[in-house]
Amino acid sequence: MDQNQIIEQGTKVYSRPRLMDDRNMHYCPGCSHGVVHKLVSEILDEMGLEDTAVGIAPVGCAVFAYHYIDIDWVEAAHGRAPAVATAVKRLDPSRAVFTYQGDGDLAAIGTAETIHAANRGENIVIIFINNGIYGMTGGQMAPTTLEGMKTATTPYGRRVELNGYPLNITPLLAMLPGTSYVTRQSVHTAASVRKCKSALKKAFEAVMAGKGTAVVEVVSTCSSGWKMSPAKANEWMEENMFPAYPLGDLKPLE
Amino acid sequence: MNEEVRLMKGNEAIAHAAIRYGVDGYFGYPITPQSEILETLEAEMPWETTGMVVLQAESEVSSINMVYGGASTGAAVMTSSSSPGVSLMQEGISYIAAAELPALIVNVMRGGPGLGTIHPSQSDYFQATKGGGHGDYHLIVLAPATVQEMADFVGLGFDLAFKYRTPAMILADGIVGQMMEKVVLPPARPRRTPEQIAKQCPWAAAGKHKRQHRNVVTSLELDSAIMEKNNERFQRTYAEIERNEVRYETYFTDDCDYLMVAFGSVARICLKSIEEARKRGVKIGLVRPVTLWPFPYDAISQIAEHVKGILVVELNAGQMIEDVRLAVSHDLPVYHFGRMGGIVPNPLEVLNAFTQKFNL
Repeated sequence: MDQNQIIEQGTKVYSRPRLMDDRNMHYCPGCSHGVVHKLVSEILDEMGLEDTAVGIAPVGCAVFAYHYIDIDWVEAAHGRAPAVATAVKRLDPSRAVFTYQGDGDLAAIGTAETIHAANRGENIVIIFINNGIYGMTGGQMAPTTLEGMKTATTPYGRRVELNGYPLNITPLLAMLPGTSYVTRQSVHTAASVRKCKSALKKAFEAVMAGKGTAVVEVVSTCSSGWKMSPAKANEWMEENMFPAYPLGDLKPLE
Repeated sequence: MNEEVRLMKGNEAIAHAAIRYGVDGYFGYPITPQSEILETLEAEMPWETTGMVVLQAESEVSSINMVYGGASTGAAVMTSSSSPGVSLMQEGISYIAAAELPALIVNVMRGGPGLGTIHPSQSDYFQATKGGGHGDYHLIVLAPATVQEMADFVGLGFDLAFKYRTPAMILADGIVGQMMEKVVLPPARPRRTPEQIAKQCPWAAAGKHKRQHRNVVTSLELDSAIMEKNNERFQRTYAEIERNEVRYETYFTDDCDYLMVAFGSVARICLKSIEEARKRGVKIGLVRPVTLWPFPYDAISQIAEHVKGILVVELNAGQMIEDVRLAVSHDLPVYHFGRMGGIVPNPLEVLNAFTQKFNL
């Protein structure tokens, strides 16, 4: 029995999402981006949004998101994705518009754009990858870097008297009347991947129904930036990131 | 809406012209002396008539990135601001130029540097014509001298921006933004349909809509060899614009012994000075560059052949004079007269400066 016969018999349980390109990713082993890309690809396909989707890529590791998911993309300047998305959506509300941003992009340089887009209730999905570090530029301190966490710019650990506190921005977004659905997820186990997918689906449903901004934070690992093996990074995330950034819905969809 | 004759401010004319041209979106942030553009658009509520989107953003940074996003979808989108706000936009303008997107940016200049004054100035000439943001790029820069041109250059700016896939700027001074004049507003034309946009802008990231390949709007290219090729393509476009789109007006240049060069409303002040000078028997001509980039080097060069000297009059410390000097290849006195910080000279002051500079 060859591979195709096995598939024909209905035993196939997984395949590459149709909208995901068959090419090598630039992401490091153990990185959460690949999994989230896969979920976004699956959801856009399952919801029939391929033709109306416009993704807004950030500056950071996911700057090349447009290399992997087969939809139209706009690559934004650092932090400006929610402003870019605002115009793309408003000029044609039938579009499925989402931003895909890291913690530096969304919670440092782009804080104003993030908060104001959410406060206007722009019908966009904001996908927020929070790994507490700047991956692309070589592991510097991010706004979400934990207290005591070592990075290239906090070599002795983040000190609040010097660097301020980790910015827990997602609860802040949940407070805004413009947001319809705000949730915090992870993708480090099979169960969490399934949950994250259902959260992302809910987010796209919310914005396509015009209910307001939907925010899906994904607490993520950065094995390279954290200088850990992928398995160790998952453990470290559970022990350190989850207490600071607890998983679950911060604003359930009504 | 039919053609209509109205009395209004230059800023208001821009807003009305935008609606009538069929602009798809305006994104802006209030700043004196151009807030009437956003105010007029909000009062006119074009979203009820043409479907034009009008949005007050949280900052100029956000405004220009909304323009970037809108332009990425092939929409005709614009923003407006004044000098400090336009400084904030420079990063976004560089991205728009690098991504080869059409867009219109209006700068109604006020006196700088810094927060400066709210009064008229032309001190953003360098910023507008020499790049402004990072990287090798140009904007097509139109300098209106009348309220009529404020209206007309909206359409012209978008036409050129779409023709060359590059951002255009209306570089106005606070005078022409704030003064009221008669203006003939063009008849309204409908906004383009999504199908027309897709045909005109096959590169637009507007959603695939059964297209076989995806469109990606980006300014990023990590391979330097490709990035150099991209730059060469940009430069070819700029060279083509320089060949085709130089615009200027001349007054009294056939018989002139001296030449003035001025842009925007200052050209009108100079014209009054020249009329007075001619009464006194001094023959001065005027070149008014309408496009500041591309600059009318050849026109000035030719006239410079038969004059005894040139006075460049600007509301700044001497910026356009550098381009005028580049246009003059022989040994000819080229002087500057400028007021700064929001002060506008009157025609006699200009004439006095002229007679002093040339010892007449």
